[in-house]
Amino acid sequence: MSYARIAKDGLWDNNVVFSQMLALCPTLAVTGSATNGLGMGLATTAVLVASNMLISAVRHLVSDEVRIPVYIVLIATLVTLVDMSLNAWAHELYKVLGLFIALIVVNCAILGRAESFASKSTVAESAVDGVMMGLGFTAALVAIGGVREIIGSGTLFANAHLLLGAHFAFLELTLIPGYRGYLLMILPPGGFLVVGFLLAAKRMLDRRRAARAELDMAVPQPAAG
Amino acid sequence: MNLAALRAKLSYQTLLLGSVVLLTSGALALASRTTGDDIQAAAARDLKQSLSQVLPGQYDNDLLHDTIQIASPDGDVTVYRARRAGRVEAVVFQTVGHGYGGAIVCVMGVTRDGTLLGVRILSHKETPGLGDKIEPAKSRWIYAFDGKSLGDPSPDKWAVKKDGGVFDQFSGATITPRGVVRAVKRGLEFFARDKARMLGEMKEDQT
Repeated sequence: MSYARIAKDGLWDNNVVFSQMLALCPTLAVTGSATNGLGMGLATTAVLVASNMLISAVRHLVSDEVRIPVYIVLIATLVTLVDMSLNAWAHELYKVLGLFIALIVVNCAILGRAESFASKSTVAESAVDGVMMGLGFTAALVAIGGVREIIGSGTLFANAHLLLGAHFAFLELTLIPGYRGYLLMILPPGGFLVVGFLLAAKRMLDRRRAARAELDMAVPQPAAG
Repeated sequence: MNLAALRAKLSYQTLLLGSVVLLTSGALALASRTTGDDIQAAAARDLKQSLSQVLPGQYDNDLLHDTIQIASPDGDVTVYRARRAGRVEAVVFQTVGHGYGGAIVCVMGVTRDGTLLGVRILSHKETPGLGDKIEPAKSRWIYAFDGKSLGDPSPDKWAVKKDGGVFDQFSGATITPRGVVRAVKRGLEFFARDKARMLGEMKEDQT
């Protein structure tokens, strides 16, 4: 599979949240603000790259019959190692990301990529897939978090300096001054609503693009699944 | 025998699972040993930092090792004592409130005459964007406690405004600030009750 194809898959066509519909539990839980979405996305990307590479490296040794427990043990170990080392050697970062790292263990997208991609591909391809899937996931979380934050509290990237350091304080915007907030969007139902609307928007875009491609080339294409 | 045929054998799979578990637990044990001291040191640093936030004054003893256990209705509480020239000037201890998402762990500093030096939140599970305004990084609300005591405001005013008290609630979140206000009030009552022991002014306590 070409790297361009892998990139397009991860970022858009086969996006973790909007196409695979995986990892919805952490997605709904942490996207109350764009900053939280960004933190969760970046932490997941790091673990995803590492787990994809590790599983791809041992793929010839693992029997099909026992692959799921092996993957789960490897991923859980990896997450725990990341958690411990951050806590010990990057404690300031850990205080911000700590919550997200524990949640990564329950992210089925990681096991999903191990099973459907890393177990069949080379280490380099798996690393690229990890980066792209991770960035696609991050973009989705920031989009959902951004919409929820703007409607819910009238700000965007509030408290970004806690995650990224003081240099990024310029990201913090108050879009609607004196806004009283719209509680529903911050609470879990808001997450479902925004995921639903964004999902519908992506499907619409995809359909329109497919229709246009059909017209342009006058070559019938199979509908995307 | 090639690898593909080997992979299909039950004995190979058993061995594989066993070695994976052995290797990963070995890695975890090693990591736990290497990081353990640093994690403990970081936790102690965090504790010291949060203690010094509610203890702005000068003191000349090692807070982390000048502690006393005192029984309270919520279990034993560790009280850290800040001394100047041997005299306890202020104490710091934890108090737990009940918020919307569960326990809110607060740390509070109290001077020997019962005035609050400050309150900070150590951990909570309140709704992001609503209840988390109790964190000083997100709102100045928590500073409202500075300088307060059991007599100021009077005991019936130790509540959020919605309950007839003097402390602000947040729009859309009353349960969280209510939980913190109650926890701080309970902490002050705990200090008032066991003041003599905390300040080391009772004989049994000279350990």
